[in-house]
Amino acid sequence: MKAIAHGYARLHVPRWRLGTLLVMGVLCGVILASPAVMAASASASRKVQTQQIEIRNFAFAPATLTVPAGTRVVWTNQDEEPHVITSAGSLFASSKGLDTSDSYAVTFSKPGTYAYYCSIHPMMVGTIIVQ
Amino acid sequence: MQNHDNEAGNRRQFLKCMAWAGAGTLWLMKGGVLRAQAFGDGATTASMADASFSFAQISDSHIGFHKEPNMDVVGTLRASVALVNAQAARPDFLLHTGDLTHLSKPEEFDTLAGVMQDSHTRKVFYVPGEHDVIGDNGAEFFRRFGERQRAGGWYSFDHRGVHFVGLINVLNLKAGGLGSLGAEQLAWLKKDLAGLSAETPLVVFAHMPLWPLYPPWGWGTDDSTEAMSYLRRFGSVSVLNGHIHQIQQKVEGNITFYTARSTAYPQPTPGVGPGPGPMKEVAPGALHHYLGIRDVRHVQGRQALAVTEEVLS
Repeated sequence: MKAIAHGYARLHVPRWRLGTLLVMGVLCGVILASPAVMAASASASRKVQTQQIEIRNFAFAPATLTVPAGTRVVWTNQDEEPHVITSAGSLFASSKGLDTSDSYAVTFSKPGTYAYYCSIHPMMVGTIIVQ
Repeated sequence: MQNHDNEAGNRRQFLKCMAWAGAGTLWLMKGGVLRAQAFGDGATTASMADASFSFAQISDSHIGFHKEPNMDVVGTLRASVALVNAQAARPDFLLHTGDLTHLSKPEEFDTLAGVMQDSHTRKVFYVPGEHDVIGDNGAEFFRRFGERQRAGGWYSFDHRGVHFVGLINVLNLKAGGLGSLGAEQLAWLKKDLAGLSAETPLVVFAHMPLWPLYPPWGWGTDDSTEAMSYLRRFGSVSVLNGHIHQIQQKVEGNITFYTARSTAYPQPTPGVGPGPGPMKEVAPGALHHYLGIRDVRHVQGRQALAVTEEVLS
């Protein structure tokens, strides 16, 4: 039931730094890039489908997301408050504290139901159903 | 920030802080009645005369936050500390009820500690907010600001006949839940209070409200009812919280609950708007109306504790 990959994306990275950051990202397993670049490079290499979940007003939208196995799910925090994506039952790695406009991505390789919440605002709950 | 307006901007910020410095909230405990009035009010000095001691509460500094409505949370915290320092009678200690930082970053903790060093009071007691325990379950917070180097971090102390209890309700939060004290802390609290006479005044403080203030926004603590059951036999209990960045209060028998304002930014009234978070639409120059600190004075008295409050803005 382990998801295979996860990483962060911070929006509004200056373009001149993208190359450097991508190299760094590959080296350390954490990828920093704009979403457009990320999606393009991902689909070119492995045809990974990406689904977005927006965090706004202390809620996940959509709260329940159904995806095929292998989908990369990207949460983006649109709140002024930080949030932390945390798997109920530790089925995937927790994010760090996501500030405004920060993103966090997890690729779900195995079918199952993945409940998650914000560890600092635990009334915020969501579910990923991987088929 | 690298333009010629910089200096003017700083001056505006300074003036804003000055305006705020005339508009704090002061808590007085007199003859068993807790009462609020403005810092800097002329009546303050006279009110002090029959108080046995005082302490000041500040909360929700959110060092690291840098958006509307407050681009300078360090400046407003500094102004809070200056306001406390300006009191004629120095409070015995300061109480910070959590969310020192916005993102639990070491440099944010550094900044907070630096500003607090400007305080003339000898001692600052802290409890963490959920913003202070991100990523490490509070390890960094407890290392720097923990009162007791022990698992959990909760503690109590006695000061001039009043028993103070600092509780931690921002760790090990469960999906779908609110703040949490946990079985281990509750057992400790029960034991901590067991030896005290019912006449001992209690002040209990924690970051998240210890009453179901507005659960849809997470403003409450799952197991607070159990904790309150240990407090009911006492004649005078004050519960001080932060978290919601505004003053709310409630009286339940001999237990009186208060939430404090933030030194950083206001949040909306419960249920107003789509969710909690910073109120961005604060009129220029009006921010100080929403921020504050409180100063609590204690007077030995025979009456049961009651509460009145005046908020000046």
